Amino acid sequence: MNEVNAWFVKEVLALEPLLMQYLRRQWPNQSEIEDLRQDIYVRAHQAGTRQIPKSAKALVFHIAHDLLVDRIRHEQVVPIEAVADFDKLEIAIDMPSPDRSVIARDELRRLQAALDKLPPRAREAVVLGRIEGLSGKQIAERMGISAAAVSVHLTSGVKALGDLLYDEDVSLERKP
Amino acid sequence: MTQLGEETQKSGANAASVSVIAAEWIQRRQFWDWSDKDQAELDAWLAEASLNLVTFLRLEAAWNRTERLAALNRTFSSISEPENPRTDRSFLVRIAAVIIVIGLGAGVTWSALRPEENTYATPVGVHETISLADGSQIELNTDSVLHTRSDPVRRLVTLEKGEAFFRIKHDAAHPFVVLANGHRITDLGTKFVVRETEVDAVEVSVLEGSARLDAENAEFAVLKAGDVAVANTHSLVLEKGQDREIANALAWRRGMLVFSQTPLSNVAKELNRYNAKKLIIADREAGKTKIGGTFPTDGIDEVTAAARLLFGLRVEDRGNEIVISR
Repeated sequence: MNEVNAWFVKEVLALEPLLMQYLRRQWPNQSEIEDLRQDIYVRAHQAGTRQIPKSAKALVFHIAHDLLVDRIRHEQVVPIEAVADFDKLEIAIDMPSPDRSVIARDELRRLQAALDKLPPRAREAVVLGRIEGLSGKQIAERMGISAAAVSVHLTSGVKALGDLLYDEDVSLERKP
Repeated sequence: MTQLGEETQKSGANAASVSVIAAEWIQRRQFWDWSDKDQAELDAWLAEASLNLVTFLRLEAAWNRTERLAALNRTFSSISEPENPRTDRSFLVRIAAVIIVIGLGAGVTWSALRPEENTYATPVGVHETISLADGSQIELNTDSVLHTRSDPVRRLVTLEKGEAFFRIKHDAAHPFVVLANGHRITDLGTKFVVRETEVDAVEVSVLEGSARLDAENAEFAVLKAGDVAVANTHSLVLEKGQDREIANALAWRRGMLVFSQTPLSNVAKELNRYNAKKLIIADREAGKTKIGGTFPTDGIDEVTAAARLLFGLRVEDRGNEIVISR
C-alpha cells in the first residue's frame, strides 16, 4: 500500500465516527450524508496526494466545512441551524479521537455486534468464509445455494460491515 | 450551478453504487479464484476515479478488521478484562495487562521493562494477537516468547521461541526488524510468518508484500509473496510458489491445523506444540502413515481416532501421553 493510501486508512478513516456525528448534526437531509462523506474522502485523498498534512483532523473538517458551505450556496438549501453551527467547527476539531485502547478492548465485542446486525444469509456467508476459512465454492456447497448467490451475500456483507464497524465506533465511544 | 457544485452532484449520486462495486471486488479477491488479469482489472478500476479508490480503501480497512474475529475468538472470550482499566495508559501497556491475566492463569512468566519495551509469552495451546501502537499486528502462536522494542530508529522484535505471524505497517523511516536464532528479517511492506524450527534454524514465509532475510552465515534473500525460506547456521534455502502451503501453515490463526499427505510422526510433532498431553509414535513404520485433513489444534482425539479407525494402529492412552504403535 502506498504512503498516501496508508495515511488515508490510518488517519482519515479513523475520523469517520466524528465526521459522521458532525455531518448528521450539520446536514438536514440524512439521505445525502453517505454521498457527502465519500466526497470529503475523495477531496482528502486528493489533498494527501499533493502533500500529507500534519493534522488529518484539521484537513478533513475544513474540507467538510467548505463542502457544506458550497452545497448550501449552490443548491440554495439554507438550513439555518447548519449555518449557525459552522461556528462550532473548532469544537468538532478539538473533540478527542477515539481512544486506541478503548478500540482494542472493545474490538471483539464490536465485531460480533456488527456481525449480528447483518442480514441472516450475509452473516452466514461471512462467518463461513471469515471464521471457518471456507472458499466461495465451499460456502456455496455448505449453504446449498449457487456461487452467484454466495457472491451477492458476501458483497452485501462486506458493504454492510463497513458502515456497521464505523458506526459502532460512535456508540461505543460515547459510553464512558 | 458552478463547476464545483456539479462535481459534488456527480460523485454524490455515485457513492452508494460505487460501494457495492468495491464490496464486490473485495469479496471476489478474498473468496474466489483470483488471477493476474483480475488484479489488473481491479487496479484499473481503482485508478479510474478517486471515489473508487477511497471507497475501496474504506471497505477494505473495515473488512480487514474482521480477520481478528477468528483469531481473538478462542483466546479472549474466556478471559476477563482487567478491572477498572485506566484510560491514560498506553495501548501497549494495556495489551500487556491482558497478557498478565493470561499469564497468571496459565502459569507463565511475563515482564514489562518499559512502555516501549515488552515481552509477550503464550502458554501451550494458546495463541494471542498483539496490536502495536503503530497499527502493526503480531499473532503469537502456541508456546512462544517474543520481545518488542521500539525506538526512534527502528522497531525491533526478537522471537525468542516459537512462531509468530506479522502484519506490519510499513514505514521506510522506521524499519521493522525481526531477530530469530541469529537470523534477521527486515519487513519491506509485508505479512509474513517466522517460525523457529530447530535450535539454529528459522523458517520465514511471506504471505503478502516482501521481506528480506539475512541469515546468520551472511547469505541473504529477498522473499516475495508465496516464498518460503529456511535458514540455519550453514545454509539458506528458498522455495517459491508455496502459497497454498503457507495458507495451510497459517491455519493455527483460526485454531486449526491442515495436513496433506503428512507423515503421522510430523502430525504428532505439530500437535505436541499445542497440547500438554503428548502424542508419542512408538515405531517408525507407524510414523510413516500419511494423514490428511483439517484438525483443531487441540484435536488429539480426532487424530488418534483416525489412526485407530482408518489405519488400524494401536492407540494407548497413558494419562499424560498417548502412544501410537502398529
